[in-house]
Amino acid sequence: MEFLGLVNYALFMAIFIGIYALLALGLNIQWGFAGLFNAGIAGFFAVGAYTSAILSTPAVEGRLGGFDLHFVLGWIGAMLAAGLVAWPIGKICLRFRSDYLAIASIGIAEIIRLVIKSEPALTNGARGISSIPRPMGDIGYMESQIAYLIIVLAVLIAAYVLVERQFNAPWGRMMRAIRDNEGAAKAMGKDVEFRRLEAFIFGAALMGLGGALFAHFNRSITPEAIDPMVATFLVWIMLILGGSGNNRGAILGAAVVWIIWSVSEIATDRLPHEYAVQAKYIRLFLIGLMLQLVLRFRPEGLLPEPLRGDQRATKSGADQH
Amino acid sequence: MELFELINFYLVPGIVLGSIYALGAVGITLIFAILRYAHLAHGDLATLGAFIALAAVTSLGVSPLAALPVAILATAAIAVGIDKVFYNHLRERPKIVTVMASLGIALMIRAVVQVVWGVDTQTYSRGIVRPEDYFGIRIRDREIYTILAMLVLVGALQMFLTQSKWGKAMRAMSDNPNLALLSGIDNKKVVMLTWIIAGGLCAASGFFLGYNTELKSMMGWHMLLPMFAAAILGGVGRVEGAVLGGLIVGIAEELSVLVIPSEYKAAMAFAILLFMLLVRPTGLLKGKVL
Repeated sequence: MEFLGLVNYALFMAIFIGIYALLALGLNIQWGFAGLFNAGIAGFFAVGAYTSAILSTPAVEGRLGGFDLHFVLGWIGAMLAAGLVAWPIGKICLRFRSDYLAIASIGIAEIIRLVIKSEPALTNGARGISSIPRPMGDIGYMESQIAYLIIVLAVLIAAYVLVERQFNAPWGRMMRAIRDNEGAAKAMGKDVEFRRLEAFIFGAALMGLGGALFAHFNRSITPEAIDPMVATFLVWIMLILGGSGNNRGAILGAAVVWIIWSVSEIATDRLPHEYAVQAKYIRLFLIGLMLQLVLRFRPEGLLPEPLRGDQRATKSGADQH
Repeated sequence: MELFELINFYLVPGIVLGSIYALGAVGITLIFAILRYAHLAHGDLATLGAFIALAAVTSLGVSPLAALPVAILATAAIAVGIDKVFYNHLRERPKIVTVMASLGIALMIRAVVQVVWGVDTQTYSRGIVRPEDYFGIRIRDREIYTILAMLVLVGALQMFLTQSKWGKAMRAMSDNPNLALLSGIDNKKVVMLTWIIAGGLCAASGFFLGYNTELKSMMGWHMLLPMFAAAILGGVGRVEGAVLGGLIVGIAEELSVLVIPSEYKAAMAFAILLFMLLVRPTGLLKGKVL
């Protein structure tokens, strides 16, 4: 029984790592490739979760949706919707320095939160949307968890292969050129604003997909399902710690940070109730402090961004460390 | 609708809220112009200032207004300390890295407030204050204090920036940092002064929000967007622009309930922000665009 519980917990944790790794990959496209600061990750996550929920649940009286579509269509819809939300924000803010995008993305996440809370016709308000179908959800509990983990991993690997391919393709080189020297890239005839918009929308679409995977795993989505600030911040620390600009780093960071985060939760849950609440906030403080320490002492992350094109440069760089 | 009703229920609260935003926006605009990054922990620093004032009220037993100077001094010192410990060593890196660090600081400050003061709503003083009637315009004493304090603080800051040597140094750093450094301006002192001013004004902003409504651990975070909207609306780097922007955002938020559902009041600041970035990113008073 104890063993089964552990296996169960590990499965649960692995699924969450997979979902967060998708978010970190999305952020890596935005920040790691293009240098765009998105502080509204939770907003795009929520858009994806609710879109897929609306598309794939059976029809219900009194709210939009219940289109009862196949979950794959729901996930594609989630990516499209998240990209669609990102488009106007990117269009307006990407002409300026990334500071403006940071502020505007905080704003869009806030607006999305307001819409979810106050439009019951769309999102069923505070009660949220339930009975979202989980693929392979009708077999036994353990089998269904394993099946879902396989699906999440398949999606994650597919996303990783595609993003890694883009990273090594001319598109990836161009994005890094724009990130590192905007003026030079412009002088080479690159359409900087448009390329940034591309990166922002691709990243947002992956975040939307992460949201959809989360909603189908939980079989329900409510406004309180995730704390926007905590989720956004966790993804940031995952990417920075793992190594921004490195897709494997993003996935590694997701695993490391999520394991630290959930194991520390087990520890604080054992405390007596009056300390447990405070311990929750101390964990938040420590995760904030962790970011400061990584930024100060290891800004390149656990797996630094690979230098490509010149193998000798990589080698001599490696020797110095 | 009657004119007095419009003034009493929408315009007066709007000006009070706008004054609170203005106090924060002035700090944001100074940091944006002089240190050249968006400081995302500004709202939570305001929360901390408000709760420090609460600590002074409860432990020393003074009136809220007497606790304000304590909060201003303490928060200014904390702001300088945060800069020294966390932001200063990121100075040589791209500015956006400091923006990211400030997001982490926002989380840390909020966590400190939540651990020390808890998450329940608190107030400086209990009881309902009825507004006084001035020729049909109904306004509470605390609302008059808020507006007056904003005008005095910003007026003093404007005097400092235009008349004193160090104020001029700050403006020089904002206009042309290379030239300012070449002419021998001490960057360290300018940075410290900026944080003292921004931190102090932040505390005032948080204090007056708590004084007019209640204290919550999330109150500052929710002010962040309106404060940035105000700073950009007025023009980055323009102190008088931040005040103007703050007042416009505050009034627009209060008036917005006449046309859109009140749940979306908070969306007003965001709409103003996007609109300004779209049509006039320099702001009303021709600030800078980074």
